[in-house]
Amino acid sequence: MSRCLTERSIDHVVLERGEVANSWRTERWDSLRLLTPNWQSRLPGFTYQGDDPDGYRTLPEVIDFIAGYAKTIAAPVRTHTAVTSVRSTEAGYLVRTDQDDWSCRTLVIASGACNIAEIPAFAARVPSSVTQLTGQQYRNPGQLADGGVLVVGASSSGTQIAHEIQRSGRPVTLSVGEHIRAPRVYRGKDLEWWMDAAGVLDERYDQVDDIGRARRVPSLQLAGTPDRTTLDLNALTSIGVKLVGRVAGITEDGKAQFAGSLRNMCALSDLKMRRLLDAFDEWARANGIDDGNEPPHRLPPTRVEDSPPLGLDLAGGGIKSIVWATGYRPDYSWLEVPVLDRKGLIRHDGGVVDAPGLYLMGAVFLRRRKSTLIDGAGDDARELSAHLASYLDGSVARMTA
Amino acid sequence: MATTTDKTPAKNGVNTEALIAAREALAKAPQAAQFKWRATNEWKNGTFSHSTVEGYFGLGQEQRHKKAFTFDADHPEVFAAEDRGITPVEYVLVGLASCLTAGIAAVAQHRNIQLRSVKATIEGDMDIQGILGIDSDVRNGYNGIRVSYDIDADAKREDIEALVAQSQKRSAVYDIVTNPTNVTVVVN
Repeated sequence: MSRCLTERSIDHVVLERGEVANSWRTERWDSLRLLTPNWQSRLPGFTYQGDDPDGYRTLPEVIDFIAGYAKTIAAPVRTHTAVTSVRSTEAGYLVRTDQDDWSCRTLVIASGACNIAEIPAFAARVPSSVTQLTGQQYRNPGQLADGGVLVVGASSSGTQIAHEIQRSGRPVTLSVGEHIRAPRVYRGKDLEWWMDAAGVLDERYDQVDDIGRARRVPSLQLAGTPDRTTLDLNALTSIGVKLVGRVAGITEDGKAQFAGSLRNMCALSDLKMRRLLDAFDEWARANGIDDGNEPPHRLPPTRVEDSPPLGLDLAGGGIKSIVWATGYRPDYSWLEVPVLDRKGLIRHDGGVVDAPGLYLMGAVFLRRRKSTLIDGAGDDARELSAHLASYLDGSVARMTA
Repeated sequence: MATTTDKTPAKNGVNTEALIAAREALAKAPQAAQFKWRATNEWKNGTFSHSTVEGYFGLGQEQRHKKAFTFDADHPEVFAAEDRGITPVEYVLVGLASCLTAGIAAVAQHRNIQLRSVKATIEGDMDIQGILGIDSDVRNGYNGIRVSYDIDADAKREDIEALVAQSQKRSAVYDIVTNPTNVTVVVN
């Protein structure tokens, strides 16, 4: 957005609570790699030039990449400036920070979709003998005591964390709710290549059937594995991870209860994956690019044991740690403009917020399916900066995207 | 990526337009979505009891079924009872199967899939050493429940599998059976 505003000669400032790429520096585990391949992180005027286009950036590489972009575009970033409140004024917005106050006619909220790790209320009943971490606090298996680990959540974070903890010699039980399975590589191409080429990532928020539902879909169960292997539930059970259903509750005496819906959770995911791959095959046929690709194939169904356990005594000593990988939500506690819906999310039309001159970036499916990807920021910023410019020159007064 | 079909609209007897309209209305007025389902039950003799279901609360007011529905429950002769009704655990199977089947019809209608026949067989495994107090390690309830569907519909096998999976995802009774629920029983 800063780059697009600069192109339009719109005077602006970027407020950053820490260093550039702060959440990547402070809220990620050590071994995390970007889920999208190197070639895919295309920012306006900035594309991958290295010799490993199909690789996945390590955490230090992601930090360098984002910090390098900020430098390249000479973004006017004020680091170590945490916003403490934003309120409406007659002229626009008053932004208070822990450094100084700013007043502005327009404001772009780009504070991220994943500020607060969501953990269920019943986590309070976990016995004190068990150490609890969120996906934001987890760094590596060395943080955890020897012994069993319950990882809750089987989307991208949960499966990756479960994998490395199991490999560290700590037996993992993985609690599985709704998740979206996907092969890392399909017919010789990265899944992200298919999503990009077939237009799935470009699908717009105003063209999908039910945008509310599309915004609630869990993230793809992908991992940036250096060897490009698929990290799905079958890969985890084959190294000894035990699957249980969604955590449905924890009793007063510290017993975790698991839902009996594991089989259906896996069936739903297998079916969704099959539909996605069917769509890719159909697209490949229709576009005449079947030649040279490996033929269509399907992954075997997710293996689920006959009677997965429905409970686990957390006080019994078998489980020493719990990692909650149960999703994130944005933190808008500083936002004093009344634009939140009843779920605490910002009401907006493709990033044009329900308040004059206020914009949102980086939310799930903001304008396109790729809006939360680095690769999605460019298109959203180009369009929203155009809207913002028209707002400033008075040609749009009302919210329309 | 979009696919279009020009087949005639499915007729499964489910008014999805009304359901979708209700969904939109209730999303804006969540208090109207608060329902209370009720039944009364009266002991007759032995293990035989008689239940009546008529009123419920929803959409902000008291509602009534078209008539009072009644249900007899008892235990079978192998339990030294008189078998004047099905056992309560069989009502649970009836509830689960009818909920999943209703869901299949609704999802099929929404996805424009014509159903011709939907038949479910449902079976639950129970070790009655639990209810008889023989072995405290054995639970009272089902150890596992299997539902098997035979569905004839105007759709591919995987679309039918998706109907059944989606029905489980949205089923109230499936949720009740697969997740714990706080139950409070008081004596007046």
